[in-house]
Amino acid sequence: MARNSDLADLAASILAAGSDDRDGTGLDTAAWKACAGAGLTSLTDPDTGGTLDDAAVLLEVAGADAARLPLAETDLLAGWLGRAAGLAAPDGPLAAVVTDATGGDRPAGTAGGTVTGSGGTTGTVSAALTRVPWGRSLAAVVVLDGDRVLVLDTGAAAVTEGANLAEEPRDGLTLDGVTPLATGSAPAGAAAELTLRAALARSLLLAGAARGALARSVAYAGERTQFGRPIGRFQAVQQMLAEAGAEVAAASAASAAATSTARRAGFAAPETAFAVAAAKARCSEAATAVARIAHQVHGAIGFTREHALRLVTTRLWAWRDEDGDEAFWNDRVGAAALDAGADGLWPLVTGRP
Amino acid sequence: MRPVAATSTPAAALPELVPDPVELPAGLADLRAEVRSFLDDERGAARWTPRADVWLSGWDESFSRRLGERGWLGMTIPTEYGGHGRTALERYVVTEELLAAGAPVAAHWIADRQIGPSLLRHGTEEQRRAFLPGIARGEVYFGIGMSEPDSGSDLASVRTRATRVDGGWRLSGTKVWTSGAHHAHAFFALVRTEPRDDAHRHAGLSQFLVELDSPGVEIRPIPLLTGAHHFNEVRFDDVFIPDARVFGELGNGWAQVTGELAFERSGPERFLSTYPLLASLVGELAGAGRADAGTRRRVGSLVSRLWTLRAMSLAVAGALESGRAPELAAALVKDLGTRYENEIVDAARLLVDIPPDPGAESGFARLLADAVLHAPGFTLRGGTNEVLRGIVARGMGLR
Repeated sequence: MARNSDLADLAASILAAGSDDRDGTGLDTAAWKACAGAGLTSLTDPDTGGTLDDAAVLLEVAGADAARLPLAETDLLAGWLGRAAGLAAPDGPLAAVVTDATGGDRPAGTAGGTVTGSGGTTGTVSAALTRVPWGRSLAAVVVLDGDRVLVLDTGAAAVTEGANLAEEPRDGLTLDGVTPLATGSAPAGAAAELTLRAALARSLLLAGAARGALARSVAYAGERTQFGRPIGRFQAVQQMLAEAGAEVAAASAASAAATSTARRAGFAAPETAFAVAAAKARCSEAATAVARIAHQVHGAIGFTREHALRLVTTRLWAWRDEDGDEAFWNDRVGAAALDAGADGLWPLVTGRP
Repeated sequence: MRPVAATSTPAAALPELVPDPVELPAGLADLRAEVRSFLDDERGAARWTPRADVWLSGWDESFSRRLGERGWLGMTIPTEYGGHGRTALERYVVTEELLAAGAPVAAHWIADRQIGPSLLRHGTEEQRRAFLPGIARGEVYFGIGMSEPDSGSDLASVRTRATRVDGGWRLSGTKVWTSGAHHAHAFFALVRTEPRDDAHRHAGLSQFLVELDSPGVEIRPIPLLTGAHHFNEVRFDDVFIPDARVFGELGNGWAQVTGELAFERSGPERFLSTYPLLASLVGELAGAGRADAGTRRRVGSLVSRLWTLRAMSLAVAGALESGRAPELAAALVKDLGTRYENEIVDAARLLVDIPPDPGAESGFARLLADAVLHAPGFTLRGGTNEVLRGIVARGMGLR
């Protein structure tokens, strides 16, 4: 797989423009329009000819540049769920929510809530949804509720604003007696696939944010002088940054390998479940080390609101826990390993071929 | 305080830390299955016992010959030199299967991994024909003659000297840490062919192909912590090296050696030295019904790290296969991978209440004992991790 460097350049040119939203934490509307215009908000829609690999390139860039855009939520999660249920969703930012009634083994801290009412073409529903990414800015939310999928217009929702550590919106949405924009049947395994898709997307964002934090730290170490020379000339600083480099490389390799497994084998394959679990766990582990080193290298200025470093490090801290922290995913990997036993472990790790 | 403006990120300015992922071609599944079946037969017949760190300690010449008969040595060497003309990724699959099984690969290891590719790149036609067929058959074994008593990672400081004489050179000096020199047929020695110039420390070094039964070569064991004899000191007392055994270009030794190191830093041996212990650990835990959340998470972290390291190492192998030399990525694999090999040792100690037993014939206690006693070497060989991090820092523009 050759990664799409033209796409990476395009995405970087759109996203690098202005990430620091000092006054608010809302959607970067200009960037969203530019991305939508360039087809970047629906890369995995088969009709647009994009691929999961392209989406992966975009998400890494978005992570590195701390983009304030629900790209993963709109394309890989809500877009996929709507398409899989045969439903059209409106243009604009989307999010997917899996309700509590759906069940399944989902990580803590992801969007959830309840839906009541029959829905369908005539009936109305009421919904109380929690921790909805970018809830206040969405065009619609695509809800997996048991074995049905509902597309709900969020225009009439009452919003309870919330945020993660990176000040990215994670809002409560309340809808009372609304008619769904569309209703359909959920494909088999939808909840499990959404969990994996979210973890994969988050891994890619983490890998990008880790790279962004390292790049900023290397640049800073080359500029900042102490004791008469740039701090990057000190061996102790070089050793730390090289250690961060190894963690960034690991996060990037893990998320890329999981992407490649998902593209080849599909999300229903056991090897994809294993690869995504390992990747999210590894990326979450890397996030901790990279954020620690980035702040140590930056000194006191790095943990002020004045400095842009926080845009990536707060994302590392938020995202390492979102869509399953390393304990959640390592638990799955460990269970699979213990299940495989001494002789089955190596085939589990190598997968196919 | 003056506000620090948000800047566009310099992420694009970072060098490539890991190449694009590699997907192994589907056809390799058959090769992998063949190797696994062969290893199952070998274990069934009790021809060897799985051990930790087999590429240093598992010297078994009959095993190497059996691999040679199967065509699993010298895989990337062209057929005209007795090799098999296969790809680096095919070789990777065979190698990782052997290491994961804890199979005794030490006898042919250096010859197959390093000397073969180096002979193809730098050797004369006569040298290739003299050594490559035997390497591919698993009958000719090599060591590496880089380090010296006062040169560890600082290879530019080597002092072994070669003096020009009629028809060749005379070598005097001492090499150390030469694995398997007491069994091997030959090694590559890095020596000074010109006086040291402090302004150009890497200049004036050359490589020679030294046959270890040459008159004037003295080999003395340096026992490991385990008491086992793998390392040697190799002394040259005015050893004659014919012109035909000058390796590569005179004075180009530094570049040649650096190229060889790129091959050896990122392979699966950089994170699989203690894999047999990890497998045994998982077997002990599963056998005892230990599947509580804490155990699952600790094992899961080890396995997630292993899976990731393999993805990184394969990515570097893919880049090498396509003719690139991703030096930075290779150094990162070695740094992370060799530290990971140590993590397995600690997890095994703490998760299972079986003390290490160097006297045990096999099993967890023996694997743990060997791993503990071999562990200090993991982050040393192939260039210490601290020196490699300096290479990474330079690559990122900090030096």
